Amino acid sequence: MKVKFPRWFYQLASPKWFYDISGKLLPWLIVVTVLLMIVGLTWGLVFAPEDYQQGNSFRIIYIHVPSAILAQSCYMLMAVAGAVGLIWKIKMAHIIAKCAAPIGASIAVMALATGAIWGKPTWGAWWVWDARLTSMLILFFLYVGVIALSSAFENKASADKASAVLALVGLVNIPIIKYSVEWWNTLHQPATFKVTEKPAMPSEMWIPLLIMVLGFYCFLAVILMARARTETLQREKRADWAKTVIENY
Amino acid sequence: MGYFASFADFLQMGKHGLYVWLSYGIFLTIIIYNSVTVIINKRLFFKNAKRQLRREQTNDS
Repeated sequence: MKVKFPRWFYQLASPKWFYDISGKLLPWLIVVTVLLMIVGLTWGLVFAPEDYQQGNSFRIIYIHVPSAILAQSCYMLMAVAGAVGLIWKIKMAHIIAKCAAPIGASIAVMALATGAIWGKPTWGAWWVWDARLTSMLILFFLYVGVIALSSAFENKASADKASAVLALVGLVNIPIIKYSVEWWNTLHQPATFKVTEKPAMPSEMWIPLLIMVLGFYCFLAVILMARARTETLQREKRADWAKTVIENY
Repeated sequence: MGYFASFADFLQMGKHGLYVWLSYGIFLTIIIYNSVTVIINKRLFFKNAKRQLRREQTNDS
């Protein structure tokens, strides 16, 4: 049986189409990202009340939780894009996977560093070898591994395949991060947002957090698109459309 | 000023000013780093690609 997808679905795989549409979308996404971040940061830093136990150090939540969520989402995106590229041999999927890796790595660093800084006043230690922290550190190393592997090959196609396979294998780590706070005894507090329940904190605390999470997602979209645009041109520079773009820049 | 009595209070963040501002500093650094590398990579690519294209065109004619 042959499955027929709508036209736009096939166009997703076309480098030229991606380049055109992302160029139109990008300015709007940048505006939305900046607005979300400004609102989220001012609300979280200036207007949200302090925590009755942790005082003002809890304000680190507005960058720690979004960066931790994003580091994992970005990893899943990278692995899924890699799989799509492996299975259907789609160029665009490999481009997205390759461009996601360094962004994800830097966001994982943000989650680890802000977590360490938050840990000091809250737990009395910068770092503990606890399940949540260790699995997040492994996530960072997986990103580094994918980046290293993809740059170790002279041939682009082999680099794409190898890093996609590594990204897929590393996917096991994602549920481990998620459930680490439930499976093991840990210092780390459980998830702030759950699908099934209302957050345990008052709304004037979690609404800015939600705004920051959305802002981080938009930020990822902006940087990923912008990176992927350059990477697309780089790989397609022999195509006529790419030559026209380069000439007219 | 919002939740805080004064701007000095805001900067001080109770006794956690150092931790809060250090975290937000790292956040800003990483956001800026990502944005700047994207722009630099793009400019570098166009510079090199343009030069290459011009060279090929002069070779053709």
